[in-house]
Amino acid sequence: MQLFAGRRLRPTLRLPKGEKWLAGAMIAPAAFVIFFVAAVPLVGVLWMSLYHHVLTNPNNQPFVGLGNYTNQLGNPDFWAAVQRSVVFTVASTGIELVLRWILRGLVILPWALPGVSNALMWRWIDQAQYGALNAALTQTGLTDSYINWLGDPHIAMFMVVIADVYKNTPLVALLILAALQTVPKEPIEAARVDGAGSFQIFRYITLSWIKPVILIALVLRTMDAFKVFDTIWIMTKGGPANSTQTIAIYAYQTAYNTYNFGGGAALGYLIALLIAVLAAIYIRLLRGGPAK
Amino acid sequence: MTAVAAARPHRRKWSFRAAALRAGLYVAMVVTLICILAPFLWLVISSISSQADLITIPLQWIPPHPSLSRLAALTFGSTTDSSALGFRAALGNSLVVVGSTTVIAMVTGTVAAYAFARLHFWGSNRLVYVFLATYMLPPIALILPVYEFLSSIGLLDTRIALIAVYSGFVTPFVVWLMRGYFEGISSDLDDAARVDGCSRLGALWRVILPVSLPGLFSTAVLAFLLCWDEFFYALILTQTSASQTLPVAINDFIGRHSTDFGMLAAGGLIAALPPVIIAFVCQRYIVSGLTAGSVKG
Repeated sequence: MQLFAGRRLRPTLRLPKGEKWLAGAMIAPAAFVIFFVAAVPLVGVLWMSLYHHVLTNPNNQPFVGLGNYTNQLGNPDFWAAVQRSVVFTVASTGIELVLRWILRGLVILPWALPGVSNALMWRWIDQAQYGALNAALTQTGLTDSYINWLGDPHIAMFMVVIADVYKNTPLVALLILAALQTVPKEPIEAARVDGAGSFQIFRYITLSWIKPVILIALVLRTMDAFKVFDTIWIMTKGGPANSTQTIAIYAYQTAYNTYNFGGGAALGYLIALLIAVLAAIYIRLLRGGPAK
Repeated sequence: MTAVAAARPHRRKWSFRAAALRAGLYVAMVVTLICILAPFLWLVISSISSQADLITIPLQWIPPHPSLSRLAALTFGSTTDSSALGFRAALGNSLVVVGSTTVIAMVTGTVAAYAFARLHFWGSNRLVYVFLATYMLPPIALILPVYEFLSSIGLLDTRIALIAVYSGFVTPFVVWLMRGYFEGISSDLDDAARVDGCSRLGALWRVILPVSLPGLFSTAVLAFLLCWDEFFYALILTQTSASQTLPVAINDFIGRHSTDFGMLAAGGLIAALPPVIIAFVCQRYIVSGLTAGSVKG
């Protein structure tokens, strides 16, 4: 499409004679400048490179042909310098690229972790006797005794939430970042001209622009959170004292620990109804959203 | 340099406030990175520390005797340990189940997505949202009849059963993402192919699929990750190493070696490596697929 359009739009240049002269006259000053600043020196340097030309010995400048070139190409200092240039270029651009790549990868690392691996990792970090969390807190002096993170009914829920937050924050961050990148510049400039402060601009322009995406992320995450099973099952199995027994865990245990399939089915249906309501909200948001 | 200068037409003067804001941003970034990296790093360190080092108090952050023996035992090294062998079987099962599911869902889902994007029929728009809704249904609501059915035809504890059930929720996911990609491609392309004598499917195969390769790739990667992560169905539908996938194997590991922390960490790390490596290598595709799939209607 682009191709055809381009061809159609470009007329063949066939200027009347007078205009040709005008064009020449208009370009001449620029051509003149460019000729003396670029073309002449370029020829000069080529000329110079063919002579033996050392400033301390001005009277003896014989023509040496390609002698200077063969000299330099055979000079180990030249090759060492080339090598250093290559190292410098590769290292600086390479490290910049790799760092960028690593940073971006790190941001989605928790999201990529399988739920089971993530839960296992946090279970181990929160372990009461040998866990890293207790060790870090006591070694820095923030707490003076070990805490049984997953064994205390009042704390366990909080720890499970942390594990889930760790895994799912990247997704929300990515969605909001993508939305932020589409915020138009013009209204912000206009607001600034009208004397709005940074906070007002954020509150009334940026935030209202990305609000639909925030809503979508909120509904998506609510659905996921109601369905969550793996994180809690691996970390606490719903315990201690049922303090982390969310609805999915409760339904599973009803069906498979007490073999009450009827009860499990009823619970499953209730969860499905709840999710269906959320899904309806989500779909409504998508259809009326900014991207459509 | 010139490009940078041109991109910022209003370069403001240096001010203390701006500099402080910038410094604050960098500090926040570094803190965030540490919060992201530290837990994962500890998983890696634990998997190569000796058991004795892991249970010394105070904790040794840098292991004095690192060794790759556990990671080797769980993957390619020689071992006779029964649970390590079970773990390896699970690794194989995961690869087979996830690979097959991804292929099946990509083929059926892409074809359906093309139909939804191009062949509008009465109710087609509604139907695609019904598809999306089935993907969102909680597994707990569906598992009991599925379990009874599979048990009645003797397919419990087989990889086939897992592949079938997984295809059921990955296919709508693929339909949703690929429909979005196809709708972004001008239907002039289809028309041109049709004029040149292609059938509908010919146009899809020769013209549309080649230009949607990035979308196909990112959808396939996300489908793979989605299956690799699945725990609930696998926990209920598998019992032995004939069909257990990695998440279930890790769950068993926790039951059997609840105090062998290094072994648990190694198992968790190995299960995490394929998706983490994929996430690093294909980050661009993952980010675009995720954002397109979640916020575009």
